[in-house]
Amino acid sequence: MTAETKIILSLLLPSLGALLISLCGRRPNLRETVTIITAALLFGNVLLLLPEVANGARPVVNLSLVQIFPDVPIKLEVEPLGMMFAVIASGLWIVNSLYSIGYMRGNQEQNQTRFYVCFAIALASTMGVAFAGNMLTLFIFYEALTLSTYPLVTHKGTEDAKAGGRVYLGILLSTSIGLLLLGVLATWNIAGTLDFVPGGILEGKASEAVVGLLLFLYMFGIGKAALMPIHRWLPSAMVAPTPVSALLHAVAVVKAGVFTVLKVTVYIFGVDFLGQTGLSDWVAYIAAATILLASLVAMTKDNLKARLAYSTVSQLSYVVLGAMLASTLGVIGGGMHIAMHAVGKITLFFCAGAIYVATHKTEISEMTGIGRSMPITMFAFFLGSLSIIGLPPFGGSWSKWYLALGAAETGQILLVAVLMISSLLNVAYLMPIVARAFFLPPPEGDGTAAVGIREAPMFCVVPLSITALGCLALFFYADAVYDFLTLLVTPQG
Amino acid sequence: MISAHLPALQVVVPLIAAPLCVILRRGTWTWALALLVSWASLAISVVLLGQVLDDGPLSYAFGGWEPPWGIEYRVDVLNAYVLLIVSVVGAVVLPFARRSVLEEIPESQHSLFYASFLLCLTGLLGVTITGDAFNLFVFLEISSLSSYVLISLGRDRRALHAAFQYLILGTIGATFIVIGIGMLYMATGTLNMADLAARLPFVDESRTVLVSFAFITVGATLKLALFPLHFWLPNAYAYAPSAVTAFLAATATKVGVYILLRFFFTVYSFDFPLKAITLQGMLMPLSVIAVLVASTVAIFERNVKRMLAYSSVAQIGYMILGLSFMSVTGVTAGILHIFNHALMKGGMFLALGCIVLRLGSVELDQLRGVGRRMPLTMFAFVLGGFGLIGIPLTSGFVSKWYLILGAVEGDHWLIAVAMLFSSLLALIYVWRVVEVAYLQAPPEGAKAEEAPLSMLIPTWVLIGANVYFGIETSLSVGVAQTAAELLLDVGLGTSP
Repeated sequence: MTAETKIILSLLLPSLGALLISLCGRRPNLRETVTIITAALLFGNVLLLLPEVANGARPVVNLSLVQIFPDVPIKLEVEPLGMMFAVIASGLWIVNSLYSIGYMRGNQEQNQTRFYVCFAIALASTMGVAFAGNMLTLFIFYEALTLSTYPLVTHKGTEDAKAGGRVYLGILLSTSIGLLLLGVLATWNIAGTLDFVPGGILEGKASEAVVGLLLFLYMFGIGKAALMPIHRWLPSAMVAPTPVSALLHAVAVVKAGVFTVLKVTVYIFGVDFLGQTGLSDWVAYIAAATILLASLVAMTKDNLKARLAYSTVSQLSYVVLGAMLASTLGVIGGGMHIAMHAVGKITLFFCAGAIYVATHKTEISEMTGIGRSMPITMFAFFLGSLSIIGLPPFGGSWSKWYLALGAAETGQILLVAVLMISSLLNVAYLMPIVARAFFLPPPEGDGTAAVGIREAPMFCVVPLSITALGCLALFFYADAVYDFLTLLVTPQG
Repeated sequence: MISAHLPALQVVVPLIAAPLCVILRRGTWTWALALLVSWASLAISVVLLGQVLDDGPLSYAFGGWEPPWGIEYRVDVLNAYVLLIVSVVGAVVLPFARRSVLEEIPESQHSLFYASFLLCLTGLLGVTITGDAFNLFVFLEISSLSSYVLISLGRDRRALHAAFQYLILGTIGATFIVIGIGMLYMATGTLNMADLAARLPFVDESRTVLVSFAFITVGATLKLALFPLHFWLPNAYAYAPSAVTAFLAATATKVGVYILLRFFFTVYSFDFPLKAITLQGMLMPLSVIAVLVASTVAIFERNVKRMLAYSSVAQIGYMILGLSFMSVTGVTAGILHIFNHALMKGGMFLALGCIVLRLGSVELDQLRGVGRRMPLTMFAFVLGGFGLIGIPLTSGFVSKWYLILGAVEGDHWLIAVAMLFSSLLALIYVWRVVEVAYLQAPPEGAKAEEAPLSMLIPTWVLIGANVYFGIETSLSVGVAQTAAELLLDVGLGTSP
C-alpha cells in the first residue's frame, strides 16, 4: 500500500463507516461494532503512515477529481504536526467509541444512529484538517467539521440545546467566513499561492501593516482556537452528550483550531519571519490574558462540564501562546501540548460523563464524597488533573516545560510568569473537586454511603482508565514526541 | 442542414408550441408537449454553447436579411451561457410542474398555463439570443406579459394583486428600455447591437446618447429588481404557483442582469463617459445596500417563500456588485453567480413546492418538524441554503470566492467585509428554517409523507448541480471567465 493510498483511506474509512452505520441503524449492536471497527481500522491505517513521516517524508496526494479553482488544487499532504494530530484523534476515537456505548445506552439517549453517523463524519473532517496540503483544503474541512458537529451539539433537541447550537454555529461560522476566509483570500491575492511551505509564503511580499492585518484575520478567524473574546462557543457546546464534549470539544474540534494556528504560523507566516516582525507579541498577550481569565472563570463554575470547558479555553491558549512566541521551542511546545492536553482533558470529560451516568449529578457541589462510591473514576480524574496542571510524572509537565523554556528563550519573562500562575490556578480549580470527592463525607440521607461502590458501566470505566494511564505513559514517551516534532522545523532532516 | 438554423430554432420551437398547447386543450397532453419542447430547447442550447466555445461567435441572419439591415441573432459565449441556464431551468421545472400544477391550478386552466409557460420561455430565450436592440424589447414584453399571467394563476387571491403590481412596474421598466433604444436609433440610425457598438463611439458625447444610457440603465435595473426598484419581486414570487416561482426566480431576473451586461459592456463602448460613474458611483453602493438590506429583511420574514424572494434581491446585489468592479474577476463573479444562483435558488423554490404540496403552506410555523416528515426535501433545502451562505463545496462558495477576490483586487476592502458579513445574515435566515424544521416536534397527528419522486428528482437535480458545481468548476467558472474576458476586451481591448 503506497502512502497515497493510506492518506486517501484515512478520509475514506470514516466516511464509509458513516454510511455503514446509517445502514445498520436498526441493529444497535452491529452499529456500534461498525463504529469500533472503523475507528480501529482508521487508527491502524494512520499508524502505518507514521514510520514514513518520522523518516522525514511528506507524502502528497492531489485530489484532481475535485477542482474548485483552477490555480488552487485540493491536496493532502502529511507533515509531522498533522501526523501527530491524526494519531491522537483517531486513537482516542477508539476509546471514545467504547465510552459512547456505555454513556449513550446508560442514559438511554435518543437518535443514537444519527449520533454515531455524525461522529464518523466529524472524524473524517478531522482527518482532512490534519492532512490538508494547503489553506483552501484546510478551510473546507474546517467548515465541514463545524457543520458535522452541529447535530451533535443540538443532539438533545431541547431549548437549551438549540440555544447552545446557535452560539456554537454562529461564532464558529461567522469567524471562519467573516475573518478566516478573508484572510485566506488576501493571502492568495498577495502571495499567489496557498500552499504550506516551510518558512512561510509571505516573507518579502507584504508590508508589515498587511502582515499584521493578516495575523489578526487568522488568529480571530480560527474561532476553534477559542481565543478570548471568541471563546463563548466552547462552553455553549457543553450541552452536547459527554462523549461529544470529550472527543470533539476537548480533542478533535478545538485541537483542529490550535492545530490550524500552528500550521499557519509555521507554513504561512513562517516562524522566523514572524519573529523578525515582532507582530505576534500582541497575540501572545491576548493568549496570555485568555489563559488567566479563563482559569479564573473556571473557578467560578459549579457545573463540572462548564468548569472543564473554561479550563480547555485556557489550555488552548497555551498552544496559541507557543505559536506566537515565534520560536522553535515555542512551536514544539505548542505541538506537544496538543497531544498532552488531549489525553488529559478527555480523561476528565470521561469522568464527568461517568459520574452523570452513575448518579445523574452535574454540579460539583453535589459531588461531595463521591470518591467513596466511584473510586476508580475519581482516581482517574485525579491523574488527569495532575497532567493538566503539569506535574511530573505526567505528560502535561513536558509541554509546559518546553513552553516556559520557549518563553524564557525569547526573553518574555512576563509570559513565563503567566504560565506559572496558570499552573497554580489549575490546581485551584481542579484539586478541590478531587479533595471534595475523597476527603469530605457524603451528605446525610444521600444514600451514597450506604450503597458502597457503584461505578458507571464498564464501557465507561475502562476507557477512562486507559486514558488516565495514557497521561502517565506520555511522560515517559515525551522525548519521542519531541523528536518527531523537531522534524517540523528542520524539514527533510 | 438543421444545425445552421439552431439559433432560430432555439426561439421558434417554443414559440410555435405555445399556441399548439392551447389547441390541444387536454392538460396531460399539453404538459407532455411543453416538456418535449423544453428538453429540445435544452439540447439546442447545449449544442450552441459547444459550437460557440469551439468556433467563436455565431451570427444568424433572420430571413436571409444581412445584418445590420435585418434582424440578427448573435450567439457568443455570454449569451450561450445564459441560454443554457434558462433552458436547463425550464427543462427541470416542467417535470416538476405536473404534480404541482395539478394541485395548485384548476384543471381547466392547465393548457393556458403551459402555453404561457412556453411563451415565457420563448421570451427569455429570445431576449438572450437576439442581436437586435428592438427585437430584445419585443421578446422582453413577450416574457413579461406571459409571466404576469403565470403569476396571477397563483391560488392565493393576493396573486392577482402581485401580478398587477408587477404588470405596472414591469411595463414602466420595459418602456424605459424602449425609450432608451429609440434614442439610440435616433442618434445612430441602427438597431443592431454590434453596429451600435461600432457607431456609438462617434456620438458618445451627444446628450441623446447619454440620456438613452440613463433610460436603459433604469429600465434594466427595474426588470432585474435591483434595490430600490425591487418592490414588485417579493409579492410576485411569494404568491405565484410554486413551479412558476422556481422558474422565474432562476431565470427572469438573470435575463435582466444579462440585458444590463449586454448594454454596458457590448453596446456602449468601454470608455463611455457615464459608465464608470454609473457602475462605481451608483450601482456599486446600491448593490451593497441591496445585499445588506434585503438579507436583513429576509431574516424577519415569516413566510419562507417571501424570505427566499428577499434573499433573491440580495443575491442580485451580488451579481451587480461583481459587474461594478469592472475587472475580469469581478465580471466573472457576476456571470458565475447568475448560473450558481439559478441552481441553488431554483432548487430551493422547488423544495418549497414539495412542501406546499404536502403541507399546503410555507409559513414558518407550519414547518415544525418537517425535517423528519420530509427528510429528502428538507435536506435539499438545507444544501441550497448552504449555497446561499457560501459554505465550501457548494456553488455559492465559488461565487463568493471570486466576488471577494474581485473586491480585494480592486482594494474595496470594506465591500469585501460587507459581503462576508452578508453571509452571516444569510446564515441567520437559513438557520431559522433549519431550527424549526429539525429541532421542533411536528404537530400532533402529522403524517410523515415525502413528496412524490416526480417532484423530488427535479429538486435534487438542481441541488445536486449546486453541489457539483461547488466541486468541479471548470465548466461554470471557465465559461464565465471566457465571457468576462470577451466582454471586457470588446470594449476597445483594454481593461482597467
